[in-house]
Parts: sequence; structure tokens; C-alpha cells
Amino acid sequence: MSELGSPASAAPLRLPEAGRIDRTVTYGFSFNGQRLIGHPGDTLASALLAHGVHQTSTSIKLGRPRGIAAAWAEDPSGLVQIEEPFPEPMLLATTVELIDGLVAHGIPGQGRLAEVPDSARYDARHVHADLLVVGAGPTGLSVALAAARAGARVVLVDEQSEAGGYLLGSNERIDDRPALDWVAAATAELAGFADVLHLQRTTAFGHFHDGYVLALERRTDHLGASAPRNRSRQRVWRIRARHVLIAAGAHERPIVFTDNDRPGIMLAGGARTFLHRYGVLAGRDVVVFTTNDSAYAAAVDLADAGARVHAVVDARAEAPEAWKEECTRRDIPVRTGQVVCGTEGVDRVTAASVASLSDGALGERDRIACDLLLVSGGWNPAVHLFSQAGGRLRYDESLGAFVPGEDREDTTVAGAAAGVLELGECLADGGRAAEAALTALGIRHGGLQAIPAAGTGSGQTPPLVLWRVPDPDGDGTAQFVDLQRDATVADIARAVGAGMRTVEHIKRYTTIGTAHDQGKTSGVIASGIAAELIGRPVGELGTTTFRPPYTPVAFAALAGRDRGSLFDPERTTAVHAWHLSRGAVWEDVGQWKRPRYYPLPGEDMEAAVLRECAAARGGVGILDGSTLGKIDVQGPDAAEFLNRLYTNMMATLKVGSVRYGVMCGADGMVLDDGTVLRLADDHFLAYTSTGGAAAVLEWMEEWLQTEWPDLRVYLTSVTEHWATFPVVGPRSRDVVGAVFPDVDVSNDGFPFMTWRDTTLGGVPVRLARVSFSGELAYEVNVDTWHAQAVWDRLIAAGERHGITPYGTETMHVLRAEKAYPIVGQDTDGTVTPHDLGMAWVVSKKKPDFIGKRSFARGDNQRPDRKQLVALLPEDHDLLLPEGSQVVEGPNLSEPPVPMLGHVTSSYHSAELQRTFALALVKSGRSRIGQVVHVPVGGSLVPVEIREPVLVDPEGARRDG
Amino acid sequence: MTAETLARSGPLQQLTDRLAELPRTVQVVPESFVAMIDLRLDPAGAAGSDVVSYLGVDLPTTPSTWVETDAVRVIWLGPDEWLVTSLSRTPQDLEAGLRDAVHGRGAVVDVSGQRTALRLAGEHARDVLSAGCAIDLHPRFFRRGAAVQTLLGLASVVLLALDDTGTSYHILVRSSFAEYLARWLLDAAIEHSDS
Repeated sequence: MSELGSPASAAPLRLPEAGRIDRTVTYGFSFNGQRLIGHPGDTLASALLAHGVHQTSTSIKLGRPRGIAAAWAEDPSGLVQIEEPFPEPMLLATTVELIDGLVAHGIPGQGRLAEVPDSARYDARHVHADLLVVGAGPTGLSVALAAARAGARVVLVDEQSEAGGYLLGSNERIDDRPALDWVAAATAELAGFADVLHLQRTTAFGHFHDGYVLALERRTDHLGASAPRNRSRQRVWRIRARHVLIAAGAHERPIVFTDNDRPGIMLAGGARTFLHRYGVLAGRDVVVFTTNDSAYAAAVDLADAGARVHAVVDARAEAPEAWKEECTRRDIPVRTGQVVCGTEGVDRVTAASVASLSDGALGERDRIACDLLLVSGGWNPAVHLFSQAGGRLRYDESLGAFVPGEDREDTTVAGAAAGVLELGECLADGGRAAEAALTALGIRHGGLQAIPAAGTGSGQTPPLVLWRVPDPDGDGTAQFVDLQRDATVADIARAVGAGMRTVEHIKRYTTIGTAHDQGKTSGVIASGIAAELIGRPVGELGTTTFRPPYTPVAFAALAGRDRGSLFDPERTTAVHAWHLSRGAVWEDVGQWKRPRYYPLPGEDMEAAVLRECAAARGGVGILDGSTLGKIDVQGPDAAEFLNRLYTNMMATLKVGSVRYGVMCGADGMVLDDGTVLRLADDHFLAYTSTGGAAAVLEWMEEWLQTEWPDLRVYLTSVTEHWATFPVVGPRSRDVVGAVFPDVDVSNDGFPFMTWRDTTLGGVPVRLARVSFSGELAYEVNVDTWHAQAVWDRLIAAGERHGITPYGTETMHVLRAEKAYPIVGQDTDGTVTPHDLGMAWVVSKKKPDFIGKRSFARGDNQRPDRKQLVALLPEDHDLLLPEGSQVVEGPNLSEPPVPMLGHVTSSYHSAELQRTFALALVKSGRSRIGQVVHVPVGGSLVPVEIREPVLVDPEGARRDG
Repeated sequence: MTAETLARSGPLQQLTDRLAELPRTVQVVPESFVAMIDLRLDPAGAAGSDVVSYLGVDLPTTPSTWVETDAVRVIWLGPDEWLVTSLSRTPQDLEAGLRDAVHGRGAVVDVSGQRTALRLAGEHARDVLSAGCAIDLHPRFFRRGAAVQTLLGLASVVLLALDDTGTSYHILVRSSFAEYLARWLLDAAIEHSDS
């Protein structure tokens, strides 16, 4: 199959039979530069172990050899870097599905990200369910089946490549048949329900409140080169379930002893999984160290598969009878009341030291040679998802583990995740949990289903809680608690010695539980050891907080499709295509794409803007102002409503007229500005700034709905219904008159600050005499359906006058020459209308309006407030950077240098043939004529403070 | 200059060809130039009954629903707000008719240019929506007559179910977001393309 392929016998620890791998297909792969083989169904870890490769890397701090220590995501040590097919760091060999051509190497706790862009697709799906079942092991499958049969909408997620959970790594039987036959029948039945979504390779990694769970599905990696190119690599499922049933199983935990980190030391259940699921013997000479019954199954199964099991070391005083018999039958010595207290070996464990343990004292040591040391310190229910959503845990003395400690309305935990560890009981627990959940959801069901028969029938002998073996000859520095962090019993002792008394502090001091595995094997043990050292019960000390994600999730997956051009919507106006065809350079204004300027061949921005400005002041220019916010205000109280919102009088505005208005917050600071058209007695159209459109509508609605519900007013956004094209300049009258011959465009017939309705080809058009440049200007409004057609008419009619489209940069220059402020550029939330030199826009007659009271505050009356002024650099070509500080000068005083203000806007002016700026300067209005200084590029440049209006201060141009 | 009929244009013209190439299971068809009027009134008042007579159908008062006649569709947007849409009436005609009926006891605003309409249909239409819409679209709950205001991708939309099988939807999107949304739909449909 593969170029890398070599004979199957090259994997000496692969059994000829057993396992759920496809031996008819051979994959070649490379690990740490070695060419190896494996099969479909393998993980990278199982394929390595088939070659006897245990060591993957060395540890991050101490450089100690480390290997594969478990069979799935709980493995604390077997981290690898994938190189091919695409570089990806920090994956566990135990969770990487083998594909042909895989290239990987072990890493000591740090990998590297790809240096090329990841071209894979990542996406998301939202899904809703009555019941989300997490885990497709025996418990989860029982639950899902019961719920599906009752007609519930079920989502079943499981992180493995196939359903079965614990059963995949065992030889259990259900209903007197191989348990996996039952699994196959269950999944086949589930597939027949239209309202069941069953996802494998899908990890529920975050559980939030109200049944919201995030899960990550891995969709293509296992397919290798045959993956469909249009399929997303990973998918985040956003699951909203009425009830969440967690059947996530349990993690076996190790026991801490001296030199417990060598390659070849592995969780007992992991070795059993490698045997049954992958047909791999993890070692030939085995010692098993346990505190509970479950590891006996590993000993017996490995012996049956041909391994020599030299001892089962059971820390308990009595071994379970049934298991003792099974061991005797296989000549496996069982040593009770003994522990493993040390190991030998460098790249691989070569021997275990075994001694009796009584009253905390070790007896004489026996050395037992081995190449595989299996450990089982009991089982920690996988309570992560329960805890993430706020579920409280309690310590179960008999299990020696933390289990869910309360019932929650929308979450149930069942099976091993709830501390139910026997198969038959898990199946029954699943059935009971399903029944209770369905009843709570009000879904009719046929009562408790027949529970499949399974289990040992012998019951369990109580486990012994043993966190660590004494280290009388050492200091705990070789007793590893978190293998990935190289954190030891000595580190915990140091933390406790330093006075730390909570596991949260100890975690942060020792870093235990902060690696890729988030302490799946080390967290509870660290609590146990700390509790012993502090002298408190572990149940009182508790665990550290479980937080999402359960296993690592790539940022790319969380970003999904919201990247590149879809990262943030680009809002376009109705004439966007025209701008594009004219080579517009864009400016992002919020989410809007607005033309900034339209360069002619060879022009830079400065040249283009000077040309556009000259056209608007000398001939005629046209701007796409469609992004301006527009709010339709209707109702008998519309005038009163606007009167309260704007600082100036709106109620006196005549129908047919336009008024410029300013809105302030309750603090009296400028919020937004724009023009208001009175369309009828009870009907206005309010224009807002582009950026302020949404905020102003919300502001208006807030006052209307919460403060003034008695006002009969309706607000409707019409921002995108109307396209708005200011036609600007001395020739604008000719252009607008030509396109709209029905309208008397003369100054007397259509005076400044009035509007007129007309039609063009039967389409309503509204013209307004408003100006944001000081020039004669007509704002042409038409619905967006006809925007392009009207724009084309204006351009065509303007051709003989040299009509020049201009962008936001020219708009800014023209308005700055007239000192028309841009809210948010020349203001920053601390600027009043008075500061802008616009006291005239604040009504003295109105009894009240938003902000009025604040204007009376002493602080708003201070003579040294920053006020808007113009700055003229003495050097006519010097463009002051916007944001520059204004200081007294001409020399800098000792720091702190008193700041007079700052530059808010700065441009080249075609009209003035020089640069100029607007600035907010302390007591600026009383400093007019003075020279102050602005630091530019390391020197202080002199600038003169001037009246802010620099062009046509008498306003002679607006009427043409 | 003569005032002959003005040409109309919509925001999705540039993407017409690409939308036409979508697989059969995910069809996206722009439905441009739908007349849309925003209607605000107290449905319990006299204006409500006059509007009902004018439209020939009760204003829906159940949240997130729509009703229709041969001429108009009425979409619930809020307790006192509806969007009245029509393919057969001009915006001016529909606005004038409603304004007469309301007669100052509410508000009637032409918003035809405010939103653009799309039809999304096909076997995978619901899958595509579920890529960017948090609403439960199961046909048991979201079926013909339902209309929700929600997010699709990063765009605000009004989403209407047109059938009971999750294979036909009407999407109203703010015109400035229409191109974004069309590109988002094109992207989401890749999963269901043949190659």
C-alpha cells in the first residue's frame, strides 16, 4: 500500500488476531525518523507499541525519557508533533488516528506551529435536541436508545473513532454475546431514527449553562489523502439541549511511586485497550500494580494473549477471590499488601521494586524484571462537563474519587462518570437515567426498558485509596505527579511548606494540571497528596475548577468560517460596483466600505485629494453619502420627541425645511450630529453620522420606551432604503437642474436648508439644500433600487462641468476647512457643543433636553476647557500628525510637560494652498493669534492658533 | 433630460452567475425588488381593523409568524410592528394604501430598499442555515408560517420558513449586508458541492 511499507513482521508485538484494525491494509509512517507500519484502525500510539516503541520523547524540564502512558486523551506524556500531512504541534500519539504517510516525532512539551497558512476548512453547525448524550459507551448507548425509541430528538456525541467506549478495550459480554455486537446493534438502530444525530470523533469540550454544549468533530484527518476536499476538517457543534446526559466514563488514575515515569509504565486499562482494540501487546514481561479489581482483567487478558505476567502487586490486604483464582489458573503470582516502590531502566522500564507496605512503612524489596509495568490507582469519574456548568462535586470515600454531588435540573450524570463502574450496573443506570430525563422533559416513554444482562456477577472488592507510595530513601523529587510538567511530590511538599492550603494555589505554584491534559491523571492525585501533607480530608480540600475545553481545541476551529473575507461583513452601498470600476481606494468606516479617494493614473492620495477638493470648490463634485444613518420619526409627538433629544429647537422647524442638530448624552457631551428634515407636521427624517446610525436609533428607542412611553412616536430605520448623493460645488445647480428639470433649483425657489420632493421616471426623489463643505450643494436622495440609475444621470449631466467623484478624504478636508466637526474624530466623549464653538446650537429657550442640566455644571463652565481651534503650521508644507500633542514651547520644560491639547484633524488644503489642522486646545478661543508648538519627529514646530473656520468664514458660497 | 423609466439594480447582480452554479441541493435565488412597507400601529385599535380590511388578512399577533394573501405577505416584527411585502404591488401604491388605512394612527414607511430578499431552497437548505443560525430550524418547530429575526453568519436577517420540510426559506437581509450574506451562503454550500 505504501512506499514506506515493509513486511508486517516488522511489528513484532502485533498479535496475529484480535483488535479492530484492518490487517489487510498496511500503512507506512515515520516516527522520530524511523519508518514503521500500521493498519487502518490504529492510532499512532498503538502502531508504535506494535513495534515495541514506548518512548516518544524526553520531558520538558528534566529531560527524562517519557513514553505512552495511557490509551487515550488522559495520557500525560506522549505528545507528538505532526509534520505530514500538515504541521501541527502538541497532539497525543494516543488520539492521532494513523494514516498512510504520516510523519511525526515526539516533542518535549513544546511543538511548533506551521509556517504556512492552514488551508483546511473549519466550520460550525448549530443543533438542537431534547437530549444530548455525551459518550457512546454502554451507558450512553443505553440512554440514547431509550430516548430515541421514545421519539426524543437526541444528539449522541463520542470522542472516539467508533462507539463502544470502554467496551472497545475489553472482552466483556452483553446478553451472552460479545459486547461489541450489542454496540453494533445499538448504533444500527440509532441510525434508523431521523431525529437522532450520532457523531463519533466528536468531543464535547465545553458545557455552559442552560444545556449549551460545544463539541468538536474531527472530520477528515483519519481519511488521509482520500478526504473530500470540500469537507471541513473540523467542525464546532453548538448544541442546545433541553437536557444534557453525561455518560463520559471514567479515567483510570495512576499511583505515585519513585521513578514512576519511565517508558513502559502505563495505566492497566490502557494496556488492555491496546490489546483488545488494536491487537497489540504492550510488553512481554509484565508486572501489575493495583489498588482495585479492575487491573486484574488486564493481567489475565495479557497473560492469555501470551505475555508473562510476573506479579499482580495488590496494595490491599486481601485479593478478590474470583480474580485470585483466575490468576492461579494462569500461574500469575498475586502479592497482597505490597506495593511497587521503585523502578529501574533508562529508555524503558526493566524492573520493578516491590515491597510490603504496612502502617506506612515499606518492607524488604524484591526486584522483578519486566518491560511493562501496569498501574491502577482506581478510577476518577469524568466529571469535567458536569463541573464546568457549575455542578458541585463530592468525595466518595468508598470509591476514593470525586463524583457528582448534586442533582441538577437540566443535567444528569450516569454510568462510570457517576461512579458506577460495573458494566451491568452501567447499562441499568443508563436505562434509569433515560427514563428520568424523558419524564422530566415530558416525553412519553414505555417505562423502563429491558436491561441487557452483563457484568462479572461477582461484585467488586472495595478499592484501597493510595495516592502515593512512601519514598523513605528519597525526597519525592523522582515521584512524578504531573509527568508533562515534571512536577513531583517534592513540589507539592514545597508548596504546602510555603503555606499554601488550597489546591488552586498549589496548582498554580506547582503547575500540576496545567498541561495539555489539564490534569486528567494528576489533578485528583495532587489533591490527595496535598491533603495528606496538610492533614485534612481530601474531600474537604476538593479539586481545582474544571474549565473548558475538556481537550485542546485549535483556534482555527473556533474561528470557523469567520475568517478572511468573511471575518467581518463588508457593508456596501448601492453604487459600490461603480466605485470599484473607478478604481476607488477604500476606507473602512465601521463595517462600511467607502471610497476614500479615486486616484487617476499616477496619482497618490495627496494629489488625488487636492484634485478632488479643487473640483468641489471650483466646479462640481459628487460623493456617495449613502452610509449616513437615516431614521424616520413619525407620530403626533414627533416634534416634542426630537425637541427633547436635540440640543437645539426642532419643534419650530417648518415643513419643507431642514435643520442641523446636535445630540448630547445626559453628561452634556456631544453624541452625534446631523440634519433633520420636517416632512409633515408629524413626520421627520433625521440623518445621523455613518458610525452613529445604530447607536442613535438605540438611544432614541431607549428614551422612547423607558423614559417617555407616553409620547406617540414611531421610529423606523431607513438608512439603507435611501441612497444619498451630495452634489457639491458652484456648478452643482447646473447639474441638479439638468437632471431634475421639474425642480426650481434657483436660490429663491429652493433656498438653503430646505428640501423638495420630485420624481424621475416616476420614481420619488428627494433633494435637500444642505452642505457639509460650505459650497452650494444639493443632496440627492433616492431609494436604493434606483440609486445606480440616478447616480449615472448625475455623472452624465455633470460631465460637461467636469463632475468629479470624491471620497471620504476630500469630504473630511472640505468640512475641516469649514470647522464642521466629525463626532468621534474631533470629539471624544468629553467635548460639549460649546467646546466646539457651537453654543448657537444649544437652545436657551427649551425647558429641557438631554444634557441641558450638565451644561450648568461648574466643570462645563471652566474657561480653560479644551476648545476647537484651527492650527496653521508656520511651515506651509508641514502636515501635523493627527493625535500630536500641543505644548507651549518653544522649548520643552522639564517633564511632566504641560499639555495644552491635541491635534484632532490635519490635512493639505487645496483652497489655502497649505497644510492646516483642527485641534482641541485649552482656552483655545482666547489664544487665537498665539503661537504654540507641536512636537513632530523629535523637534518642536511652531503653529499659530486661528479661528477654526478657514475657508469662506462669511458663508458667501453656500448659495452659489 | 427626459424622464424615461429608471433602471433598477440590486446588490447581488455581481454574484448572479456564481449563485446560479450552486448545487441543486442548495439553491440561492435573489428575489429583488420586493415592495416592503414597515407598519407600526396598535393592533387592538381602530387602525388595526382598518388595515386588516385593507389587506384582507388579520395582522399576525403571534410572535415570529407570517401570513399572506394573493397580494401581500405580512410578517410579525414586534408587538406593534409588521413588515408588509408584495411582489405584485409597487412600493408607492402599497405605502399609499396602508397610509390611507392607518390614517395617522400609526406609522407607514416605505423600506423597500432597506432589505434584499433571497430564496434558499433544496435538500441541504436547512444544513446550510444551521452553519450560521442559532435558531432551532427543525420542521416540527420552524415550518411554513414562521418568521424569525436572527443572525445568519454575521448578518441580521428575517428568516421565513416557506414549507414544512425544511427545504424552502425566504431570507430578508439589510441591503448593505446582502453581498456578504450571499458570499457566506456560497461558502457554506461548498460542503454540499459535488466535488
